[in-house]
Amino acid sequence: MSQLQHYLAIVAWGLSAAALVMGWVSADALPPAWLFVFLLLGTASLVRIAGWFSLWLDGIIAGAGVVAVLVSLPDLSPVPGYYWLALLAAWAFAWLFVERLTRAMASGLVEPGIFGFLVPLIFGVMVLVIWEAVTRGANVPSVILPPPSAIWARIAGSTSTLWADFQQTFLKAVLIGYALGCGLGFAVAILIDRSPFLKRGLLPLGNFVSALPIIGVAPIMVMWFGFDWPSKAAVVVIMTFFPMLVNTVAGLNAAGAMERDLMRTYAAGYWQTLLKLRLPAAAPFIFNALKINSTLALIGAIVAEFFGTPIVGMGFRISTEVGRMNVDMVWAEIAVAALAGSAFYGVVVLVERATTFWHPSVRSA
Amino acid sequence: MTIPAVVSATDLSLTFHTSDGPVTALSDVTLDIKKGEFVSFIGPSGCGKTTFLRAIADLERPTSGSIEVNGQTPGNARKDRAYGYVFQAAALYPWRTIEKNVALPLEIMGYSKALKAERIARTLALVNLEGFEKKYPWQLSGGMQQRASIARALAFDADLLLMDEPFGALDEIVRDHLNSELLKLWKETQKTICFVTHSIPEAVYLSTKIVVMSPRPGRVTDIIESSLPAERPLDIRETPEFLAIAARVREGLRAGHSYEE
Repeated sequence: MSQLQHYLAIVAWGLSAAALVMGWVSADALPPAWLFVFLLLGTASLVRIAGWFSLWLDGIIAGAGVVAVLVSLPDLSPVPGYYWLALLAAWAFAWLFVERLTRAMASGLVEPGIFGFLVPLIFGVMVLVIWEAVTRGANVPSVILPPPSAIWARIAGSTSTLWADFQQTFLKAVLIGYALGCGLGFAVAILIDRSPFLKRGLLPLGNFVSALPIIGVAPIMVMWFGFDWPSKAAVVVIMTFFPMLVNTVAGLNAAGAMERDLMRTYAAGYWQTLLKLRLPAAAPFIFNALKINSTLALIGAIVAEFFGTPIVGMGFRISTEVGRMNVDMVWAEIAVAALAGSAFYGVVVLVERATTFWHPSVRSA
Repeated sequence: MTIPAVVSATDLSLTFHTSDGPVTALSDVTLDIKKGEFVSFIGPSGCGKTTFLRAIADLERPTSGSIEVNGQTPGNARKDRAYGYVFQAAALYPWRTIEKNVALPLEIMGYSKALKAERIARTLALVNLEGFEKKYPWQLSGGMQQRASIARALAFDADLLLMDEPFGALDEIVRDHLNSELLKLWKETQKTICFVTHSIPEAVYLSTKIVVMSPRPGRVTDIIESSLPAERPLDIRETPEFLAIAARVREGLRAGHSYEE
């Protein structure tokens, strides 16, 4: 075990032991059963000084800790001090487990292909558990921050509303606006590339468009294209157009002089050179723009809905529910938006990996 | 019987306009390259040897004088796909397999599928790259990459092969090996080869004619017709005849240097 792992093991044991003693001394009754078992296990982990102690045992203790802090929460009111120590102990065991797991994977003792997903999973679970325990244990007002369980209950209870909002905002405004904005940026980049005259005229115009504040543009788009999704798609087009334009123009100049000369020695025409050399060479740049735009588009569509919309849409829901103090619904929409945005980005990255497999940045990964 | 000239330059001059003022890259170069010759251009950097090769290829436009390739202007010769060009680096496209890289000129020139397959197989065999068809360039060594780029230049069977320091970036062992392979290839294909180098042994070993050039302004100082036999094993480089030619090249290079400034 490394030095960090030694410290973590000592801290985790110390926290468990301290919580156990505190629970014993201060309370009239013993701590709830699950919590008691976890604290006993944590204290017993001191046997590791005798020698070998499997990393999976640390994982089991961390798991017991997670279950214990969640299950015992309803029985403890007000929440006693040793509960917080137990939460810290559970967190320390989880950290220790992840630390040992990554070391074991790096040295080949554990197969990363099978257990690699555990590391981010445990991290995510611990964030949610601490969030849940702190908000409920410390009685944080739900207007400030609702516990994840309340947000989940809200998501599960209003799937039809969330689905309608998702359809309106993501499937219509975001995807259509994204396709139009990226497509337009790409087409204008090719036009600019063909003529130096357009380069001087259109590039500054594109620059100008990108500098327009979306807050100012969104109401005007509503005037032009109406309340429904086309006005939001228009905002997304404005937001995504420029990154695509600039990146494609830069990408089209990415092919080396030698590679271009080669095309010239074959007496290749403009379109042949474009298709067989310059566009493939520009692909890493174009995918950069597609990735940037995948997140920009969602932000644009949601913010645009703050400025006039039919009574459906993620941005509309956020702005009205926050006014009604229904903060759990706001968080539910945020969760959907975050999930949709990450999935969108992930899909673009997968396509990028498959397309630009030859690029050094993908090759080494 | 007179052998026709493939490249014929008369009083060829070429000036680059840089931010530091005009630079004369070539000054009054007069030179004939006959069909089937292996001509090396040797000289220090800045002597215009690459520029001359690029002028043949219509990659640079001469300022004055005339140059003809196959009796045409370089521009028309380029449009006729009269030459294959091998650059200093392999310049293979990393998103194409070796096979597809060799197919690139064939695709552009509109070859049929069957003819493409036949040409790919033949040229890859010529440079000893059978079995690497499906590999990507970045999976091969530098020497193999350069061989693939030679295969690409040979694929459409142009009679003239222009090579700009093709082995300059490779180590000496690989370079020796590729040199003897190149000689074999030249004999098999009967092509005319123009070869830019700054290695004296390489130039003497390969060439039937050596053009010695010198810089500021770029000009030809000596043209040496090699008396070495057509059959050249690598150890020919220890013979007195070889050393005599090498000495003459070295002298030509020294004479071209001016130390006035």
